[in-house]
Amino acid sequence: MNKDVLIQLKGISKAYDGEVVLDNISLEIHDKEFITLLGPSGCGKTTTLRIIGGFETPDEGDVFFDGERINDLPPYRRQVNTVFQRYALFPHLNVFDNIAFGLRIQKRKGEEIRERVKEMLALVNLRGFERRRVSTLSGGQQQRVAIARALINQPKVLLLDEPLAALDLKLRKDMQNELKNIQQKTGITFIYVTHDQEEALSMSNTVVVMAHGRIQQIGTPTDIYNEPVNAFVADFIGESNIVDGVMLADRRVRLAGHTFDCVDGGFGKNEPVDVVIRPEDVDVVKVDAGQLCGTVTGVTFKGVHYEIIVDVAGFKWMIQTTDFVAEGETIGLSIDPDAIHIMKKSEFSGMFGDYSSFSDELDKLSDASEGVEEE
Amino acid sequence: MKFLSKCYIFIIFAILYAPIFVVVLFSFNESESLSNFSGFSLYWYQELFRDGDAFSALKNSLLLAVSSSALATVIGTFAALGIARARKKWTKQIMESVANIPMMNPDIVTGVSMMLLFVGFVSLLGWLLRVLNLSQNFDGSYLFGFWTMLIAHTTFNLPYVILSVLPKFRQMDKNLTEAALDLGCTPLQTFFRVELPSILPGVLSGLMMSFTLSLDDFVISHFVSSPDFKTLPLYIYTQTAHEVKFSMYALCALMIVVIAGLLLTVNLAGSIGERKQRKDAHAKGGSK
Amino acid sequence: MKKKFSFERLAASPYVVWSLLFIIAPLLFVAYFAFTDSDGGFSFQNIASLGAYSKTFVMSLGFSLIATTVCFLIGYPLAYCMARTSERTRSVLMILLMLPMWISLLIRTYSLMALLDNGGLISSFLVDHGFEKLNFIGTEAAVILGMIYDFLPYMVMPIYTSMTKLDNRYLEAAADLGCNGPKTLFRVIFPLTMPGVVSGITMVFVPSISTFYISQKLGGGCFDLIGDTIERQFQNAVTYHTGAAVSLVMMILILLSLAIMNKFSDSGEDIIV
Repeated sequence: MNKDVLIQLKGISKAYDGEVVLDNISLEIHDKEFITLLGPSGCGKTTTLRIIGGFETPDEGDVFFDGERINDLPPYRRQVNTVFQRYALFPHLNVFDNIAFGLRIQKRKGEEIRERVKEMLALVNLRGFERRRVSTLSGGQQQRVAIARALINQPKVLLLDEPLAALDLKLRKDMQNELKNIQQKTGITFIYVTHDQEEALSMSNTVVVMAHGRIQQIGTPTDIYNEPVNAFVADFIGESNIVDGVMLADRRVRLAGHTFDCVDGGFGKNEPVDVVIRPEDVDVVKVDAGQLCGTVTGVTFKGVHYEIIVDVAGFKWMIQTTDFVAEGETIGLSIDPDAIHIMKKSEFSGMFGDYSSFSDELDKLSDASEGVEEE
Repeated sequence: MKFLSKCYIFIIFAILYAPIFVVVLFSFNESESLSNFSGFSLYWYQELFRDGDAFSALKNSLLLAVSSSALATVIGTFAALGIARARKKWTKQIMESVANIPMMNPDIVTGVSMMLLFVGFVSLLGWLLRVLNLSQNFDGSYLFGFWTMLIAHTTFNLPYVILSVLPKFRQMDKNLTEAALDLGCTPLQTFFRVELPSILPGVLSGLMMSFTLSLDDFVISHFVSSPDFKTLPLYIYTQTAHEVKFSMYALCALMIVVIAGLLLTVNLAGSIGERKQRKDAHAKGGSK
Repeated sequence: MKKKFSFERLAASPYVVWSLLFIIAPLLFVAYFAFTDSDGGFSFQNIASLGAYSKTFVMSLGFSLIATTVCFLIGYPLAYCMARTSERTRSVLMILLMLPMWISLLIRTYSLMALLDNGGLISSFLVDHGFEKLNFIGTEAAVILGMIYDFLPYMVMPIYTSMTKLDNRYLEAAADLGCNGPKTLFRVIFPLTMPGVVSGITMVFVPSISTFYISQKLGGGCFDLIGDTIERQFQNAVTYHTGAAVSLVMMILILLSLAIMNKFSDSGEDIIV
């Protein structure tokens, strides 16, 4: 076993009232790592976090901490601290007492407590807030107090359960940077749970994509984005056109009635595959210069670029382009070999990546409901 | 319409308070008349304070109210914790419905049933002593008094404590408990350091309610007490069984004033707490 | 969802023991005494002999039904009017309504008796103004009035609470949909405050049907209600078997009434306070 593996989950399963939430999860978490559990609501990411925190016991499987099995260790004996989704600051204590809470339980000296609380307040940029009541703080400030309160115990691991979900967009961006800085400064392992793929990509060293109680893919943010293993991951991380294709030979794939060069290999001859092409990797060209051609059925201005929906022989592609194209126009499409990513067929094939029923608004609506459901 | 409804409120409250007002007023009457206020005097109060039995009843009442409300608050608060955290739905439901029995049952049935329990217990004890040849003619009636009253009062206070604490547990952010455990508190420390402060308003109002109920209770006490352990309501009842006694009006007036004071204190404390919260919310709005 | 922390699971155990010993066991004792004779043998004799008390039962039921109805007729409009006052007035009225509930019923019954006394304020006022001397104490009306006076706040409180919880938007929606005042009251407000009404009725009916000191004091001992019968059986009689039987029958009577009422209002779950 790797020496710097701090936490190891082995074959964890968990069900509530017969409903399987986690299905045979295995995961290694390394020391000083910023790891993110990413997935839609109900994928089991929060349950995984709660099992590591000690708030749930797995039905099957084992949890190891520093090589020691800790399945039945209660939360108050674990060297792990948590930042809760809605902060869970103690309403009857002020900022200082909230942060000092853990040290008081350990019966530390007053002098030491004062010093370390001060240090923590500096770390989270809340100098001078000691005497404030927590109910008078804004969401972002409460979040900082929650982080300071958890970090003061100098845990080996900090668990963060969608800590930024309740903040507005601007504040969320700032806090993302700050959290990343704090993690680098303190060198504490962060396990971060979120359903926001952008957050996951921009903050973590390692991303764990989960769905249906199973881990779909573990990798660095660039791996996950560039080399998704299946249609679910490709669709969940960023925008993707996922097209049915057939592998003619290594580095030769046929899709949408045209044969493309690509950079992937190792599939069987004539094996059906899922092909991922990111919207920003498709070039809009003249009809006769394109490998494919289609009719523009929708154009949305997005600021940096236009987002256009192109109907290519019945399959709708999403393409991001900086040149304006009018609705109804027929255009040519060209794709570079290294923009084509080939994936094996999976249980998710055919479920994602077609933009025929695409609507910005619908996407946002389902995003919003997700944030609420996730407990 | 507005005016009419105000008149209606006024009339009903006037009727509701008229008798109370009359008792307080005539307790200061010089003469022994309920219709003619002949002059202000403290005579009936002096009469009352000369009465040693009244003092022992007061002492009993306070002793009982303090001990039964404290006992009910402790048991009831932990019961609420257990009910709120019970994992099976039916355990919750059974415990909650049992808690409601003394509240739904007429007082007289609660009183009678407790009396039967104590009588049954005493005769069982007598039978045991006979069988074990320890005592042939055991008289258990001395067991009636403070202890039977304490048990009865605690029993009817319990549902009120549970009812005022349980919602606080349900409103409490479940994450607070987990946060405390996470920061190193054992479950017991968690209860005293985090949960208790959060539910304290409920605990205090349960305590106050129990105290008042215990001080007020007549019906249940009537069945489980003994002639030598009288509380104020029992004392008033026996003193006025056959005749009107003006010193008892003085006692009623005193109790009314004390209860009104208690109620006002509780409400003032509550509204001050609320205002503080509102101020916090306001400060928060301002800082944004 | 929870891990089994032993402390939380044990927290309710003192209460469980307490309620088994002092809530469940006493009720079993009532049933035991009701179904045994003085030798301890099983017997239906106590229940069978209750026929002699049928007049008492009917009278108690009648008195408490009248009192409950009048309380509702006075209390519902009162709660409605209270809920429509300004917030400041409301908090004052709330305290004024709670105070009588906090004062011992015994003391309030005495207070009412002092006012209604045959030599009391009302009586002498009437005599002074040329009316006939009114011997109010000892009449049926006095007993029923006592019940109404004692228990009215218990009717108003739950109804008032459900009134204030009523979302104003419902009323606006009703007005928007063309309901006028009375229609809004009967079609929207009344159904929505039904849980309050049910618990108000319970809280008046149960103590009314089981009272004994109201009838003793205001009825001048002329009316024997169920409560009086039970009280006499337990305070003076040699055996408790008849008293236990009367108590048991009254409990069943009350449970039946509540069940019937729940049947007519579909909001049975909210019956408790």
